Amino acid sequence: MNVTIVGGGVAGTLTANYLATRLRDEVRRKEIEITLISDRDKLLYEPGLLYLIFNRLEEKDILRDLKILLDPGVKFVFKRADKIDLENREIRLGDEKLSYDYLVIATGSRIVPEEIPGLTKTGHWFYNLDGAVRLRDEIAKFKGGKIVVSVMGVPHKCPVAPIEVTFLLHDFLKIHGIRKSSEIIYTYPINRVFLMESVSELVQNLFTEKGIETRTFFNPIEVDAEKREVLTLEGERERFDLLISIPPHKGSKVIIDSGISDDGWVPTDRYTLKVKGHDNAFAIGDTTDLPVSKAGSVAHFQAEVVAENISAEIKGLPPTARYFGKAMCFIETSFNEATYIWFDYETQPKFVKPNKFTHWMKIAYNRMFWLTARGVL
Amino acid sequence: MVVIDARGSYCPGPLMELIKTIKKVPLGEKIELLSSDASSAKDVPEWVKRAGHELVEIKKEEDYWRIVVKKTK
Repeated sequence: MNVTIVGGGVAGTLTANYLATRLRDEVRRKEIEITLISDRDKLLYEPGLLYLIFNRLEEKDILRDLKILLDPGVKFVFKRADKIDLENREIRLGDEKLSYDYLVIATGSRIVPEEIPGLTKTGHWFYNLDGAVRLRDEIAKFKGGKIVVSVMGVPHKCPVAPIEVTFLLHDFLKIHGIRKSSEIIYTYPINRVFLMESVSELVQNLFTEKGIETRTFFNPIEVDAEKREVLTLEGERERFDLLISIPPHKGSKVIIDSGISDDGWVPTDRYTLKVKGHDNAFAIGDTTDLPVSKAGSVAHFQAEVVAENISAEIKGLPPTARYFGKAMCFIETSFNEATYIWFDYETQPKFVKPNKFTHWMKIAYNRMFWLTARGVL
Repeated sequence: MVVIDARGSYCPGPLMELIKTIKKVPLGEKIELLSSDASSAKDVPEWVKRAGHELVEIKKEEDYWRIVVKKTK
């Protein structure tokens, strides 16, 4: 019997490691094979990119070889999956075909800055490593002026990161003595600064306190590279000296190429995480179409549920684990303080006052994450 | 008329679906948005006004809202 996981990000890696732990004996007896397919041989701790752009973490701190992270009971296939055939239970990798008994789709999401004309010419982002490395240089040489932090579409990964980068920019400019000669403008597509109303209120208050301006109902359609302006669907133009964008996101190309959906998000049952209409296939992490955050914590909690249920089915036990929308996000409100939110399908987030302890928990977790990736924490 | 059935999707899903669609359709095209999220009844007209399009109709059906918008610019 074969359990195949497509995707070597947080969701895929954790699921593979949890399964290897739960099915240790079956793997040893060669009754079960756990295979992870990924076109990347390293796991990137994406929350670390927020720190990398301010030079608080380096590349070596946020990248690890998958071979080191994966349990020895997991077979790693370093190849790109070209097509997932849910009907025939097969994955195509170039000329090769792999069949599976259970499938976990963990193909994640990707930014598509090319969908906003002009953005790749003059805009910046920190939602992938290359972009974050370029932005690190831009921030370091910034001498004052107008910074626009613009969320150019939802859903996007890590919903709170645009807020955090804005808070940290404020601090960074202050530390460098250029906050007074700079403006920070934060833009968001809907009529408030964050999806959830309760979070939006707290963030708006902190923005006001820090002198950060906001623009809402702001949906960029183009970036004028010459005039250095963002143009919106609502007819506005916003000039910038430095544009930090959160580009539009899409699901993985393999989902679109496989005809599973048009935008790359996999239709997923919100409780069992099964791909709709397929009893032996699951989707977790950013790739689902669920109304939950595209965040590492969500991938982590979903991986626990899927690994528990697959392992139970294999062992002939009742697969009773359910995902209930659980998510947890730290929110860095400065270089010294943070808060956090816990929420699920039925529970709205509540805050603790931003404080130093939560900030240091986050800094510690940036190191401890590698234990999570191994399936230990 | 283009129909977006966003029932079952939560705020701001329906509004974002409308925004995505309005970018693609030709001038003068009408879009019918179906949403079961009550906040759409407030957020969508507010955005339509801000973006300068026309709100043709907003009607509460049994368990969802039907909102018709015309692209005017």
